[in-house]
Amino acid sequence: MNEAQHLSDEVVASPLAIHGLTVSYDHRPVVHSVDFITPPGCMTAIVGPNGAGKSTLLKAALGITRRLTGDIRVFGEPYDGRSRRVAYVPQRSSVDWDFPATVIDVVTMGLFRDLHWWQFIRRHHRDRAMESLGRVGMEAFAQRQIGELSGGQQQRVFLARALTQEADLTILDEPFAGVDAATEKAIVEVLKTLRRQGRTLLCVHHDLATVRDYFDHLLLLNVRRIAAGPVATTFTAQNLQETYGGRLGDVQLLRLLDEAPRESREC
Amino acid sequence: MEAWWRALIFDAGYNTSLVTLGAMLLGGGAGMIGSFVLLRKRSLVSDAISHATLPGLALAFILMALVFGDGRWMPGLLVGAGLSAAVGLWAVQAISHRTRLGEDAAIGAVLSTFFGLGVVLLTVIQSMAVSGQAGLTGYLVGSTAGMLAAEAQLIALCSLLLAAGIFVMRRDFLMVCFDPVFASTNGVRVQRVDMLLMLLLLAVVVIGLRITGLILIVALTIIPPVTGRFWTDRPLRVVALAALLGALAGYLGVTLSSVREGLPTGPLVVLACFVLFLVSFLLSPRRGILATLMAHQRFKRRVHLRQGLLAMARDEAIFDDLTMRVLRRQGFIRRDGVATPSGWAAARDAEHEERLWALYRQYYPEESAQLDHRGLLPIERVLSPDTIMVLENRLMMGRGAHP
Repeated sequence: MNEAQHLSDEVVASPLAIHGLTVSYDHRPVVHSVDFITPPGCMTAIVGPNGAGKSTLLKAALGITRRLTGDIRVFGEPYDGRSRRVAYVPQRSSVDWDFPATVIDVVTMGLFRDLHWWQFIRRHHRDRAMESLGRVGMEAFAQRQIGELSGGQQQRVFLARALTQEADLTILDEPFAGVDAATEKAIVEVLKTLRRQGRTLLCVHHDLATVRDYFDHLLLLNVRRIAAGPVATTFTAQNLQETYGGRLGDVQLLRLLDEAPRESREC
Repeated sequence: MEAWWRALIFDAGYNTSLVTLGAMLLGGGAGMIGSFVLLRKRSLVSDAISHATLPGLALAFILMALVFGDGRWMPGLLVGAGLSAAVGLWAVQAISHRTRLGEDAAIGAVLSTFFGLGVVLLTVIQSMAVSGQAGLTGYLVGSTAGMLAAEAQLIALCSLLLAAGIFVMRRDFLMVCFDPVFASTNGVRVQRVDMLLMLLLLAVVVIGLRITGLILIVALTIIPPVTGRFWTDRPLRVVALAALLGALAGYLGVTLSSVREGLPTGPLVVLACFVLFLVSFLLSPRRGILATLMAHQRFKRRVHLRQGLLAMARDEAIFDDLTMRVLRRQGFIRRDGVATPSGWAAARDAEHEERLWALYRQYYPEESAQLDHRGLLPIERVLSPDTIMVLENRLMMGRGAHP
C-alpha cells in the first residue's frame, strides 16, 4: 500500500509537518504529543514561556534530540535530520567562539554538504559565501576572527551560513536573543526578503511585543500545543493566558493586544 | 655533530633513513589527528588510549613467547596494543556516557587501571624464561635503534594511510568540532564521525608506540597542534601546520637519537616538539610573548593618543609627557604645544567617535560589555555599517538635548 496516499495535501505541501511528537528527559515529557503543520511561504513563530519546550521541539524535529514518538515529514517525505531543503540556525551560545576560524570560514561551512572530499573551496564557493555575508551586512568582517565579534554580529554570521544553503525552510532558534536593535532589524529584513521569495521560516521567538510585527503564523506551546493558526486569529488574550498559565499581567496583555492590528497578511 | 648532519641529510644508512621517514610521517599524522581532537576538546583521551595499550602489549608478548618462543614480532605486539587500547577507549566512553562522572575522571580511572595491569604483566614477563624481554622497554619510551627495515616500512605505510584518511574526513571533522548541532542537520552523523576520530587517534597512538613509546606519544598529538595554533587563526591551516611541525619534530628527534647508541628516541622527539613550541610561544606574530608585549605598548600609545585628542577637543591642558610625545609624533601639536590644523581635525573626530561609543554603551549595554576594550579602535573596524548609521542618527537627533 502506498503510504503517501494517507497524507493530506496539507502535509505534502508543508516544509515541516510534525505529528504526535513527544520528547522526554528522565521520564518527564518536555514536549507532549504536539501536532503542527508549518504552512509554506510563511514566517511562523513558536512562542511560549521558558521551559515550554520550544527549542526542544525544533531539535527533536530536526533529529538532534532523540524523540520518544512522533512522525516528522518534509514535503511529505519522512525526515531523518538530513535534507537539503532544510537549513538550521542554532543558538549563538551553542558553539565556542574562541575556535580558530574567521567569519568567512564559518559561512563557508554552509557549503560543505555540497562538497565531496576531493573538491577544494574554489572562487565561486567563496563568492557565494561573500554574497550571503553581504545580505546580512557583514562583508567587511569576512577576514575577522570570530571571537572578536559582538553577539549580534555572531548571530548575523550564523544566519549568513544558513543563507548559503538556499533551503526552502529555514529554522531559527531564538535569532533575536541578546542582539542589538540594528541587528534585529537587519535580520528581520533578511527573513522578510526570504518570505517574499516564497521560502518558509520557522522561529523560536520570545518577545511577545514583536510577534504581530514580524510573523504571520503562530504556534503557542507550553509542553502541549495550546493553539496554532494565523497570528491575526491566534494571538488572543485567552490563548496567551492559557499558554503562560495566567502569568501575564492585564496591563501587559492590553499593551500587546490593544493596538490596532497592523497590516494583515495572507501567506 | 657530524653524525647528526649525516642523519639529517639521510646519509646515515638505509635503515636510519627509513626510520626517519617513518617518524616524520607518523609525526605528520599525529599532528593532523591531534588538531581535530584538540579542537574537539578531548586531547587527554589520547593519554588514556596510550596507557591502555600496555596490558595488550604485554599479553601479546606472553602469548607469542609461549607459542613461538619469541614475543618480539612487532605487528603482533601492535595488534595486542590496539585491542586493549580499544577496550580502554570503550571504557572511557562508557563511563562518561552512562555515569555522572565526566570524561576527565573516566580518563584518570582508565589510564591508571590499565597501566597498573600492564606493569603487573611486565613483571610476570621478567620472571619468564624467554628471550627478548628487554625489547619491551622500547615500547615504553621509544627506541628506533635496531628497528628492522620491515618495521619502519610498516610504520611509514600506516601513517600515510592515516593521513589520507584524515584528509578525506577533514570537513566532517571540522564541522563536528566547531558546531556538532549544525553538522547533524547537514547530514553528518556526529556520533559516527566522533567514533572515527577516536579510532584514527587510536591508530596513530598504536603505530607510534615503537618510535616515541606509550608514555610520550601523547606529546605528539598535543604539542604540534597547540604550536600550530600560535601561527594561524584558520582551522584547516592549524591542521596543516600541526602536520608540518609534527613531521619536523619526528625528523629532528629521530636523527638526533641516531647519533649515539642508547639515546632514547621518544624523549628526543618530544623535546624537539617542545623547542618548536617555545620558539612559537616567543616569536609568533599573533599570540607570541613578544607580539603581546608590543601590542600592549601600541595599546598604551593608543590610550594616550585618544586621551590627548579628547583633552584637545575639550580645551584642557595636557600634563602627561608620553601623551605629549605621542601627539607630537603624529603631527597633531607643534613643538611648543600648540595644536596643528590636522590636530584639531583629529580631535574633533575623536570626540565624535567617543560620543558614538557612549551612545552604543547606553543603548546596547550587553553588546558593549562583550566588546569590552575595543572602544579605542576606529569604530568602523568594530561595528557594522548599519549599526553605526543607527548611532549617527541617534546622535543627530539627540544633539539639541545634549549641547
